[in-house]
Amino acid sequence: MGKTIVEKILSHASDNSDASAGEIVNARVSFMMTNDAVGELTVDAFEKLGGIPWDSARIAVILDHYIPATTEDAARTHKLLRDFSRKHGMHLFDQTGVCHQVMLESFVSPGDVVIGTDSHTCTYGGIGAFSTGVGSTDGAAAMATGKIWLRVPETIRVELIGKLSPHVHPKDLILHVIGTLGADGATYQALEFSGEGAATISVSGRFTICNMAVEAGAKAGIFEPDNETKRFMAERGREGVYFKSDPDARYCKHLKVDLSKLGPQVSCPWAVDNAVPVEEVQGTRIEQAFIGSCTNGRIEDFRTAAKILKGKTIHPEVRMLVTPASQEVYMQAVTEGLIETFISAGAIICNPGCSACFGGQGMLWEGEVCIGSHNRNFRARMGHKNSKVYLASPETVAVSALSGKIEDPRQH
Amino acid sequence: MSTINGKVWKFGDAIDTDIIIPARYLILPLDQMKHKAMEPLRPEFAAQVSKGDVIVAGKNFGCGSSREQAPAVLKELGIRAIVAVSFARIFFRNAINLGIPVIECEGASAKVEEGDDIEINLSSGEVRIPKRDLSFSSSKLPDFLLEIINDGGLIPHLTSKGKS
Repeated sequence: MGKTIVEKILSHASDNSDASAGEIVNARVSFMMTNDAVGELTVDAFEKLGGIPWDSARIAVILDHYIPATTEDAARTHKLLRDFSRKHGMHLFDQTGVCHQVMLESFVSPGDVVIGTDSHTCTYGGIGAFSTGVGSTDGAAAMATGKIWLRVPETIRVELIGKLSPHVHPKDLILHVIGTLGADGATYQALEFSGEGAATISVSGRFTICNMAVEAGAKAGIFEPDNETKRFMAERGREGVYFKSDPDARYCKHLKVDLSKLGPQVSCPWAVDNAVPVEEVQGTRIEQAFIGSCTNGRIEDFRTAAKILKGKTIHPEVRMLVTPASQEVYMQAVTEGLIETFISAGAIICNPGCSACFGGQGMLWEGEVCIGSHNRNFRARMGHKNSKVYLASPETVAVSALSGKIEDPRQH
Repeated sequence: MSTINGKVWKFGDAIDTDIIIPARYLILPLDQMKHKAMEPLRPEFAAQVSKGDVIVAGKNFGCGSSREQAPAVLKELGIRAIVAVSFARIFFRNAINLGIPVIECEGASAKVEEGDDIEINLSSGEVRIPKRDLSFSSSKLPDFLLEIINDGGLIPHLTSKGKS
């Protein structure tokens, strides 16, 4: 019986060279990451475990959720994490961007096993790594031992055929898949995106898709690494191990998506799996538009949004926030003139970090509505419990910001 | 320890981590943070919950973020166990790591009511409401997870093992 890419990576990383779904392996960790949202608890648990890192060169502490410090409590957390990482010689990223973007820019390679104390750690599957989010205690244990016990997940194969139409993006695909599976439709499982259509999706788009695997409950999202991946890795000067699923690998479920038939999708409040075609919510009034986050805050997303906003002005009753996922993305956007386009259109540029996605900026008051390119629209996450958040692609967000209501990007 | 008795707080489906503890409170010290638990949905919860109470909920409890603060605030408030139709993966693991019994029980959510006195037998997996003569079976936690819970979580479990 053949193996899935996830089974192969976890076999490679453990002493069980033939690991299959359902078995528990003690996997060797390639990199471990923590951030300021949960770092204090992680450090506390780590100290209780003896406080000796397994390999400081493979541990990253990234300040991104409350940066620059928004409150005195945030300042306390940041000071603690700066002191902690310097004491142990771990990588510290202080004003660099969202943890996942930073990890992809700096460390992760295909075939790696990466553990992060953030649920969207599953993003790194976009280059064929196995990566998953854990809590502080598990994170601390990985930090101390370089290992983590994992149940090898069953895999749902999402077979992609065809090619996305103009104005339809990887975000629309993943919202559709989450809407189809449900918010718990892939709990404990991995989501593998493969088939002839996979090659047509850029590495950046693959990050968007894998990032949101957790919104269907999945442990991991993954693409098989290919020539696109090789190009991305070559730019970063890293290599990695390229695993692929066997043709006779066993899957627990199949889902087929014809990319060419997919239209723009929007997730409605207050659940990510409440995804509908944009036509169903077209005309909904918005007060805020947000482009950013580890889901859609990359240069490709900014190019898409800037193309829409170029030479235009956002609706007078709309606030627009643009947050680059990292300093690198920010600098590139400056170089390409995209930032100038956003500012001219009336948007405000926020510093790289989690920003409005996490309610760190751009909070909403009662009854207000935001459309954003981020990953969660949970009640009260971005402000008042009776505010509403819709999730969409950067292009749908940009066209909506112009008109003051949710719009179909195909009509612009 | 194998039997838990407590008063029920009832919640619905998909209680996400931003309901359990909204993002903006995560950097508060835990003894302040706990007062914000469940605030968006039930602002009275943190003030009224008593030590030993039990949460009974629907499916996908704890979905969303990996924040261990979610089970941690419930533990700080004295929640003794959580019974749900299903749990999100990271929350389930975090709760056990903090020593909170998480019991997957298909039937309880529909019939158990707020304020019921619930009895949970961790060894057999039986969940009962003695006063109303209701009984449900649940997926029993494996012994090695019960050991972690008995020791008060993964850290005390590992460190006490190391000492012995």
